[in-house]
Amino acid sequence: MKVLALDTSNRPLTVAIVEDNQILATETTTVHQKHAEFLMPVIEDMFNKCDLKPNDIDRIVVSSGPGSYTGIRIATATAKTLAFTLNKELVGVSSLCTLALNCEQENMLVMPIFNARNNNAFTGLYRIVDGQPVSMIEDCHTDFDQWLDRIKHNFDNEQICLVGDYSVFLDEITEKLGKNFYELKFDNNLPKAVKLAKYGQTLSPVDNIDNFVPRYLRLTKAESDWQKLHPEEVNQSYVQKND
Amino acid sequence: MSFESSCDETSVAIIEDGNKILSNIVATQINSHKRFGGVVPEVASRHHIEEITICIGDAMKKANVTYDDLTAVAVTYGPGLVGALLIGVTAAKAVAWAHNLPLIPVNHIAGHISAAAFVKPIEYPALALVVSGGHTELVLMPEEGEFKIIGETRDDAAGEAYDKVGRVLGLSYPAGPVVDEMAADGKDTFNFPRAMEKDDNYDFSFSGLKSAFINTVHHADQVNETLDKNDLAASFQSAVVDVLVDKTLKALKEFPVKQLILAGGVAANKGLRNALENSIKQTELVKAPIKLCGDNAAMIGAAAYVLNKKHKYAGTELNADPSLEFDWLEDAEK
Repeated sequence: MKVLALDTSNRPLTVAIVEDNQILATETTTVHQKHAEFLMPVIEDMFNKCDLKPNDIDRIVVSSGPGSYTGIRIATATAKTLAFTLNKELVGVSSLCTLALNCEQENMLVMPIFNARNNNAFTGLYRIVDGQPVSMIEDCHTDFDQWLDRIKHNFDNEQICLVGDYSVFLDEITEKLGKNFYELKFDNNLPKAVKLAKYGQTLSPVDNIDNFVPRYLRLTKAESDWQKLHPEEVNQSYVQKND
Repeated sequence: MSFESSCDETSVAIIEDGNKILSNIVATQINSHKRFGGVVPEVASRHHIEEITICIGDAMKKANVTYDDLTAVAVTYGPGLVGALLIGVTAAKAVAWAHNLPLIPVNHIAGHISAAAFVKPIEYPALALVVSGGHTELVLMPEEGEFKIIGETRDDAAGEAYDKVGRVLGLSYPAGPVVDEMAADGKDTFNFPRAMEKDDNYDFSFSGLKSAFINTVHHADQVNETLDKNDLAASFQSAVVDVLVDKTLKALKEFPVKQLILAGGVAANKGLRNALENSIKQTELVKAPIKLCGDNAAMIGAAAYVLNKKHKYAGTELNADPSLEFDWLEDAEK
């Protein structure tokens, strides 16, 4: 199976083409965040170098969030449209899970973190089981102190592998969880499309590509204010189509 | 195949030869943004990604075409809301690359003007009055595919002023069409200011008019006076239309053209359509079809037809340009 994998959830951009267990090509950049401009040229160039046509791919795997709203929409819109227009399989993976793939120690707990400012984070807790991350606490947008209390309450004394934007929270983590953690660094602290591609081969593709949307994990302020005032109208569709 | 997603409409169309609509699917988010009293950019972006492939699929099905039937892919890349534009641009790039089709970037305003091509062929030189919720400008087209601004609004767009005034009248977003209806039943009794009417340029300003309107209504509220809402609407509309018509007539005098094109969301306004019809005598007036005044991908396909003839293509690095605008015609900026 030939898989195209992509992640532009945060500052790094990573793309890979993997065929079963063989990496055909991969590219990761961290020096800019111009994903709208650079993602498609990276894909195009990679296909050319591999001597592949767009239609040669079997499956597209995308990190669909959480992350920067624009970032996750660029990768998701690209993956969704490519899968739709080429009639290929589409797999969405949590962007936090994509980072957790970098921990390979069996039975280890992994806490991927994206800084969401004001002491908030997008985070979740995973355990490596049979070499793959399994979600133990669902991805969420949370106040980081409350999150650590939750971890301490449920997983006290277990060593935790940290990956992502943990450095800004290191003092809080040490204070609440002690020294019982270790940090993934350098290349292991970046999303790797090659691992995403490999992992994505093991998942079932989405049933309906049209319904595929980013995992924002957070309502817009306008939307959450409105829902508070109109609890009865949640989940209505507001888009009208004319032809 | 053309894409438009610059504001709160996701649209995909299949256009043949720049003037025949095979399909024009428009998914409008108005009911969503109505909840907030105006377009919330992040909400708009989220709706666009929900709708985009559905619109592509529907457009192809309705037009009964396959990718082999397509000549090119066109997309609005600006001006507009950056997050909203990016969904159309990203999707268009993916479709173009996947099927090895040329990609044509289109200016949204050029799209609005090109809606006239569905009425009859545009003859050059032409002048366009583009009026919408985000834009109010006079654009000179010396020849096909060339656009020069000769005047634009210095503050609010005309459609924006309509929406704000509508809010003061207690109407929900978007208020423009309702104000237009109310105006038809009222009389111009308040004599609001006609801003910049006497200035020696083709620029517009609507914020003074908007303030005058709001002050009138608030003053009446304070002294417990009830004003006739239809008369208010009619007075506001007259002030807007007078300035638009006046500046357009002035421009036609300096730049004799073969056609005057009326386009943009507010071009559907009956007061404006009638006033232009009554005052434009020497030049042929081509009004964008009412159904194609609001944002839609059909107009983008019409504009792209011209660009395709000139091979104005972009690579996969195409990005959204939220503040894209035409060049000014030099000398016009006196």
